[in-house]
Amino acid sequence: MALPKVCGIETEYGIIVRGGESNPVSASSLLINAYMAKVTSRGASRAGWDFNDEQPGSDARGFSLDDVMVPELETSLVNAVLTNGARYYVDHAHPEISNPETTTAAEAVRWDRAAEEIIRISVIAANAQLALNHTSRPAGGEIVVYKNNSDGKGNSYGCHENYLMARETPFGRLAAQITPHFVTRQIFCGAGKVGCEAPGAAHDSVPYQLSQRADFFEEEIGLETTLKRPIVNTRDEPHADAQKYRRLHVIVGDANMSEVATYLKVGTTQIVLSMIEDDALGDDWLLGHPVPAIRHVSHDPTLTATIMLADGRRATALEVQWGLFERAVKYEQHHGLSSVGDEVGRDVLVRWEHVLMGLESDPASMASWVDWIAKQRIVDGYADRHGIEPGDARLKAIDLQYHDLRAERGLARRAGLDTLVNEADALSAMTNPPATTRAYFRGRCLAKYPESVVAANWDSMVFDAGREPLSRVPMMEPLRGTADHVANLIDESDTAAELLARLGS
Amino acid sequence: MAERTQKSKQTTRTEEAIVETDAAAPAATESGEKLKAELDDLLDEIDGVLETNAEDFVKSYVQKGGQ
Repeated sequence: MALPKVCGIETEYGIIVRGGESNPVSASSLLINAYMAKVTSRGASRAGWDFNDEQPGSDARGFSLDDVMVPELETSLVNAVLTNGARYYVDHAHPEISNPETTTAAEAVRWDRAAEEIIRISVIAANAQLALNHTSRPAGGEIVVYKNNSDGKGNSYGCHENYLMARETPFGRLAAQITPHFVTRQIFCGAGKVGCEAPGAAHDSVPYQLSQRADFFEEEIGLETTLKRPIVNTRDEPHADAQKYRRLHVIVGDANMSEVATYLKVGTTQIVLSMIEDDALGDDWLLGHPVPAIRHVSHDPTLTATIMLADGRRATALEVQWGLFERAVKYEQHHGLSSVGDEVGRDVLVRWEHVLMGLESDPASMASWVDWIAKQRIVDGYADRHGIEPGDARLKAIDLQYHDLRAERGLARRAGLDTLVNEADALSAMTNPPATTRAYFRGRCLAKYPESVVAANWDSMVFDAGREPLSRVPMMEPLRGTADHVANLIDESDTAAELLARLGS
Repeated sequence: MAERTQKSKQTTRTEEAIVETDAAAPAATESGEKLKAELDDLLDEIDGVLETNAEDFVKSYVQKGGQ
């Protein structure tokens, strides 16, 4: 029986300073500090991130590069932990929010929406500071943040997903069997892009494509995340009991503006991974040449291009998706979908079928669900209305502005996308953690005992309860520390010392 | 392969869904016009919020690579 597919999304946002000196690192720091100043109660200390257990150089194939690789995490940069269980920090010159651990696609979308709201509030707070501080920056400087994955000039930044997997699932089989989904799911979760950034290709050689990210993938499998990006990333850093678990770190996806696209991206991937863990997927859809295939699919908005399968047959991305979907229907009948939440899992199947049928019969009919179609509708409509040829900067401007998170400027929010999360739920998820994972313990402790939390990370928290030495509380089980386990304990403990005494007893 | 996919795809559809599509055909033009009107409204709105100097905006949107 597949493990619960605990999941989380981490997004690196694009950031610019308009009318000011554009240093993305200082702008990102300002953004996060402004937010933390706004939400941290006066006098309360701010918990730092604890880097003790970070090993981004460990490879799932069984070796470690930590000694030879420059650490990816620059510990001197701004780094905060939020009461909703998320981490908010500066990574590679981008503000990044790593959402708290969640158990279903519905929860993942809710905290992803909350992250957008956190950015929005951060931007307002940071720009208020910029307006006040004329001495260090030219007056009128304004930070703008984009939820996209490329600048159109060959620079990409990621929106990663993470899924809990059983350690005993052979990694080689996992990598081979998940690849067909990673290459073809972009037909419904691609965020759309004007132009091409594939190495060696002219920008206008592809007027419009499905994915922001596909141009940047050069390997089938590997440890890198910033160069020669692999379709399957082998970073082996479970942030949990390494004997039992691995965390599949997925770097191949786009950041979605469409909530339904995020929901389908996470929900379908959870189901496919469950099938792989239960060895119920089989090898029928293994791909022959995944790297050219991922671009080939992305560069074909007609959805008619075929890619080669491992046994020499050819299939369209839609056919591969139908194949995976049919396996998923059988899987639901034989195994159930408890690993992804039964109710949400069944809803994912219904929407998965709906989106494939829509894409097959009339892709334009999916404009309220699928980002690349919603964006294409605006790009093509604008080009028609103004008689613009492909390659015009105005079309690329529309592409970028689709992802602008400002309410008054963002095009996605005007594109008629369906929503799944109501406003109140998104807002409450800015400060409240999911109840279903250890993020609950992390978030509640930060909210209730801010002075006593010295540091936190994914799998532990360090408390200063007024006595030596500091107490580290390990959280190696992602499904412990939930509301069911600890809500009463936290409710009944007025201080961290009381909580620690109760936890120890 | 293609044959097998075609066959299995059909099994995922219900008769109902197929009938529905046929019955909806006369309404298609109407909904097509509605969609076009919606797109026109959207494009009007977008004309109002689009960055004024697209060329400069696109040129100045430069990011450092990330993960």
